[in-house]
Amino acid sequence: MTPIAPTFFFYFLSAVALISAILVITRKNPVHSALALIVTLLSLAGLYLMLYAPFVTGVQVIVYAGGIMVLFLFVIMLVNIERAMKEEEFNKQWIAGLIASLLLGGLFLAVYFKGRAIFPSEFTKIPEQMNTQQVGMLIFQNYLLPFEIASLLLLVAIVGAVVMAKKKLS
Amino acid sequence: MAAITTLHYLVVAAALFVIGTVGVLTRRNVVIILMSIELILNAVNLNLVAFSRLWNLQGQVFSIFVIADAAAEAAVGLGILITFFRNKETVNVDEVDLLKW
Repeated sequence: MTPIAPTFFFYFLSAVALISAILVITRKNPVHSALALIVTLLSLAGLYLMLYAPFVTGVQVIVYAGGIMVLFLFVIMLVNIERAMKEEEFNKQWIAGLIASLLLGGLFLAVYFKGRAIFPSEFTKIPEQMNTQQVGMLIFQNYLLPFEIASLLLLVAIVGAVVMAKKKLS
Repeated sequence: MAAITTLHYLVVAAALFVIGTVGVLTRRNVVIILMSIELILNAVNLNLVAFSRLWNLQGQVFSIFVIADAAAEAAVGLGILITFFRNKETVNVDEVDLLKW
């Protein structure tokens, strides 16, 4: 007898994530898309919590649903959405895109179901209260150089965004 | 109901990836294309965290790097979008053909 709650929450959160992801790519108004994307990100954070990854959950909620989505909403307010909403929302190659994506998804599923035998049969026992400490130890011991390079990458991105978005002085 | 295995998470991640790909390939609005790229990155993150449940915590560390990367990508992409909108007064990708011919 397996407990029923994880199963229920898995299907519930996955359904919410997938439905709002479909809303993201089908809504005409970009603001509605952004709000649906926030719902997707939050339900994915719930899925991370079910996978015993509380630190990634926190980073997902704070950085994605907090930071990146605010950036998106600001830019949507800067550009002119009234004109964009009157236009055609899909481009002319949508049939080709759909077929290519279905082939890609079929490939993924085939690989997963063929390769299921190489997965370990049971989960490793991760001590649940130690997750943040262990992630911190990994970042600052094994992955210290990639961590510093990531900070450099963020600095470059900040400088690039400011240079590109500022007004030309003439 | 059967117990939830890693394969369930992988199928959800594959579906998210495909939805993001459809968005990138078919929409005309640059903002929504950037949002679809975020969906793809989130599908990859779900894969990484699901596999880190099977082996060890390094998948979670890598997913944090992916999130940092997504933040940088969103900042640069939206900066390009603002410059583009200022120059061409549009946000549709198929009207950007300066480098095409």
